[in-house]
Amino acid sequence: MICAKLAPLAPLALAGAAASGFPAAQADSGWSQLNVPRGVTEISRKIYDLHMEIFWVCVAIAVVVFGAMIWSIITYRKSRGAIPDGTLVHNTKVEAIWTVVPVIILIAMAVPAARTLVEIEDTTKTELTIKVTGFQWGWQYDYLDEGVAYYSRLDRKSDAARELLSGIDPNTVEHYLLNVDHPLVVPVGTKVRLLITAADVIHSWWVPKFGVKKDAIPGFVNEAWFRVDTDKPGLYRGQCAELCGRDHAFMPIVVDVRSKADFATWLKDKAAEQKQAAAPPAAPAVTPSAAPATATTAPPATLPDQPRTL
Amino acid sequence: MAEPLAPAASHDHDHKPHGWRRWVYATNHKDIGTMYLVFACTMFFIGGFMAMLIRLELFKPGLQFFDPQFFNSMTTMHALIMIFGAVMPAWTGLANWMIPMQIGAPDMALPRLNNFSFWILPFAFTLLLSSLFVPGGAPAGGWTMYPPLVLQTGASFPMLIFSIHLMGASSILGAINVIVTIVNMRTPGMTLLRMPLFVWTWLITAYLLIAVMPVLAGAVTMLLTDHFFGTTFFTAAGGGDPVMFQHIFWFFGHPEVYILILPAFGIISEVIPTFSRKPLFGYEAMVYAVASIAFLSFIVWAHHMFTVGMPLAAQLFFMLSTMLIAVPTGVKVFNWTATMWKGSLSFEPPMLFALAFLFLFTIGGFSGLMLAIVPADYQYQDTYFVVAHFHYVLVPGAVFGIMAGVYYWLPKWIGRMYDLKLATWHFWLSAIFVNVLFFPQHFLGLAGMPRRIPDYAVQFTDWNMVSSIGAFGFGLAQLLFPYIIWKCVRSGERVGKKAWEGAHGLEWELPSPPPYHSWTTPPSDAVIARGAEH
Repeated sequence: MICAKLAPLAPLALAGAAASGFPAAQADSGWSQLNVPRGVTEISRKIYDLHMEIFWVCVAIAVVVFGAMIWSIITYRKSRGAIPDGTLVHNTKVEAIWTVVPVIILIAMAVPAARTLVEIEDTTKTELTIKVTGFQWGWQYDYLDEGVAYYSRLDRKSDAARELLSGIDPNTVEHYLLNVDHPLVVPVGTKVRLLITAADVIHSWWVPKFGVKKDAIPGFVNEAWFRVDTDKPGLYRGQCAELCGRDHAFMPIVVDVRSKADFATWLKDKAAEQKQAAAPPAAPAVTPSAAPATATTAPPATLPDQPRTL
Repeated sequence: MAEPLAPAASHDHDHKPHGWRRWVYATNHKDIGTMYLVFACTMFFIGGFMAMLIRLELFKPGLQFFDPQFFNSMTTMHALIMIFGAVMPAWTGLANWMIPMQIGAPDMALPRLNNFSFWILPFAFTLLLSSLFVPGGAPAGGWTMYPPLVLQTGASFPMLIFSIHLMGASSILGAINVIVTIVNMRTPGMTLLRMPLFVWTWLITAYLLIAVMPVLAGAVTMLLTDHFFGTTFFTAAGGGDPVMFQHIFWFFGHPEVYILILPAFGIISEVIPTFSRKPLFGYEAMVYAVASIAFLSFIVWAHHMFTVGMPLAAQLFFMLSTMLIAVPTGVKVFNWTATMWKGSLSFEPPMLFALAFLFLFTIGGFSGLMLAIVPADYQYQDTYFVVAHFHYVLVPGAVFGIMAGVYYWLPKWIGRMYDLKLATWHFWLSAIFVNVLFFPQHFLGLAGMPRRIPDYAVQFTDWNMVSSIGAFGFGLAQLLFPYIIWKCVRSGERVGKKAWEGAHGLEWELPSPPPYHSWTTPPSDAVIARGAEH
């Protein structure tokens, strides 16, 4: 099995030799960017395990099939005087085997996949509900029960650097294209339900370390949920995963996972602050329709938010 | 052995028009086949140039060359041109050239329809390409044209829709011609289960085309009326549903991917036996496998949209049906391998491309299997992993299949052998660079890089650079292809009717180049039997 594990890495080694000559970008070089992250939720780890399982199944099949091909190519060469065996055109037993064996492997794969899928689709017993609205180009988060709502957009530094020929080296910008002004804040160890929709075109809310990717579709509400491990507070990043127009690449997602106590404090302050801000008449209404429909309209007003460095 | 055709062929009573009339008024299957192939090659280079621009912008993070909107136009146009302009016309060109010769017919059944179906294409693509120069630029909503985004397209929107209507009409007419030809024009003695695999795969492909191209036409027409006539098929505010478009589109789109690959299966099934000097292993199983793949292709479409929020039961159904496709596809790969087993292999360019197909298409099959696992697909969906997957099945899959076919039959068409050494160079450069280009995209996708973005977070830099270098190498290597063909036409060495030692099939019983009207008298039963040694 060691052999089987090394076989698929051969092309990697080739490609890697070409890559090693390039300057390493920040802390992450290509070699740390080969696989799906294991994630910080139970579901994301189950997905990771499924992913690795099916990967090794493919590797094992590849070793057998590619082995037979390579063996034929090496052994049965005309230049080595190989004489063709013209009678070898049909073999019911062998053909039955290579039809039935794959079916068995597939069933063995489908069962754990179906089981995990059933878990993913179970959106009962959630403890906190947040409405997520995608728009061109950003996200709006709406804590339905607390009346807290705000927009989340690409942070200013990335936004300046990403302009065509900006002259700013993206390597000098912290979390280039993966940072926002106001992250989504959630507590650890809580089953958080997202109600995902969109204001204009289809977007997709994706945080790889949560194992959550769900399309945001205008006029429809999708459900997704995650529960971050109690011992894993921190900042988790993702991006819009459905082509949504000119600035599709520039609407990242950042989730700020805090301890339950910190989260409760944050939410209380935020609610109070928004209440205060709502008192003067000029406060902009937070509804999906306030989101811009095209690139030319003004960006949506950001609700007052406590400045917070990430 | 009697050669009933040789004398007839030597009399030049073709009555073919000369000059531009020969091409504009063309009704001959070879002339039309040539036009299809030249058109496909042209589109391959235009679409390839767009791919080079995409990889140029993605060489390093930050926007260096293009506005994101133009970048989106490039990804959209690259896909439409490669699918509808390069691969599909190349298959129709090969079908035109080869099907009549392989089934013992003088020509295609419907020559004027054949002319019409070809001549639609230059207009369709002139219309599509000219959208680059209208206000708002070319379509940028992705080749999948998902509403509501596609409805934001500027002046090029109706050009997009109308050009797709034209491409669809061309494909349907071409498919009708293929079916009528195969069903009615087979020479007596050419029973269905004696047909070469290329004819079989094309027959099934043609049925797929007729089944799904009208569905695409319907979907884009609904977009058109949503945009201009106030309907709300895909707008929730008017009672419509944007996801319904995706269902309709992928009901077309999934059989479409088999339309792109099945004829390649046919060619590989011709090339591997020839250069293994051994009949195809499990001929009947191969036919049934293609038929089952075609059937399954109609019931797997929603695996392209696992993240749209379907009911659990639907997701499970589409996961299982998708995984099932691995079974007949596996049968094909095993049978090709068994064909080489105990053969006598030589490695001329068509065989090299077929072998690369065998390895690399299988890698595309593995990533396809991974994508079928719904929970895992949540991580892969709309990332570069998907880009790597479908390029593995389309470039070293479909495109290498076309290359194998052209290098296999070119001596037959021209009557001259091409520069084998140069073609071998073409192969090795293509095979190496295609992996440098697409293999790292697996890593990018798994590490979290979404597809269809002009700029990316800096941790994705290394593999994007590698991928871009592979792209430039692959793109440059393809320039050898037209040069090799041009050189062959000009000064290749003359070949006899059987260009390859191990070749079987009726086309190899005709002189090289074959007579203008392929089989004017039916081949004898002995000749058919000799050709049908699968």
